[in-house]
Amino acid sequence: MSKIIFIILLSIGVLFNLFGCIGLLRLPDVYNRLQSATKCVTLGTCSILLSLIVYYGFNEIGVKALIAIPLLFFAATVAAHALIRGSYFFGIKLGEKSIKDDYKEVAGAAENKESKK
Amino acid sequence: MKYIFAFIILLGFWLLFTFNLETHNLIVGAVASLIAILFFAKHFVKPVWKMLQPQRYFWFILYLIIFIWECIKANFDVAYRVLHPAMPIKPGIVKVKLNLKTNMAKTILANSITMTPGTISVDLIDDVLYVHWIYVSSTDPEEYSKKVAGRFEKYIKKIFE
Repeated sequence: MSKIIFIILLSIGVLFNLFGCIGLLRLPDVYNRLQSATKCVTLGTCSILLSLIVYYGFNEIGVKALIAIPLLFFAATVAAHALIRGSYFFGIKLGEKSIKDDYKEVAGAAENKESKK
Repeated sequence: MKYIFAFIILLGFWLLFTFNLETHNLIVGAVASLIAILFFAKHFVKPVWKMLQPQRYFWFILYLIIFIWECIKANFDVAYRVLHPAMPIKPGIVKVKLNLKTNMAKTILANSITMTPGTISVDLIDDVLYVHWIYVSSTDPEEYSKKVAGRFEKYIKKIFE
């Protein structure tokens, strides 16, 4: 029984990682690509780690997998924020399909504040 | 008080990672935690007594369930947009006003928004969060503030403030 759950969770994880990679190739600009890279890949990897907990039980390896889930979550979200903000300051324009940009008026001031620190 | 809390949490993590309870392991863990809090305890949460209120943990568990549900929804949303032949995206950066006060609560809300359907937080300036949205469904500021942040804001207010 636990082996079936293990295989199902592992398949879901690998499938979502695949969707994330397809999104990375298909979406138009860096901002949309980061969307698929953070969401799909984080949940896919969390699912693979959960399958490890099911397979090994609550012992040395399972506990490490359990701790890795929140660490991965914080690392992925903070990295996405840093990357998206950095690429905006670097001067990469939003893609052609974009319809709204509220960040434009404050980005210059924010960047100046950052460089003064 | 703050130092004792940081020490207990760090030592707990050490024991979970190494997963044995022998004396030499405990001593090494204690020394490592002491060195770590010497440098980093000043960044620990400010009012420590707030960590001892049980109702915060109750709201945290409720929030976790809602968050995981939203997270799964977000993945199906992104998978749908990626696999659809026409790619139904309408991206843009929108301004969202927050009602939270402490830095901790704002950080957690920004991280949660990154994991929810179609949104990723770009920057936080004072009370305003700039969010990159993959499908801007309305142009009314109040409506999309509610859509992006409203789901989590009331829970985070109860947990972290």
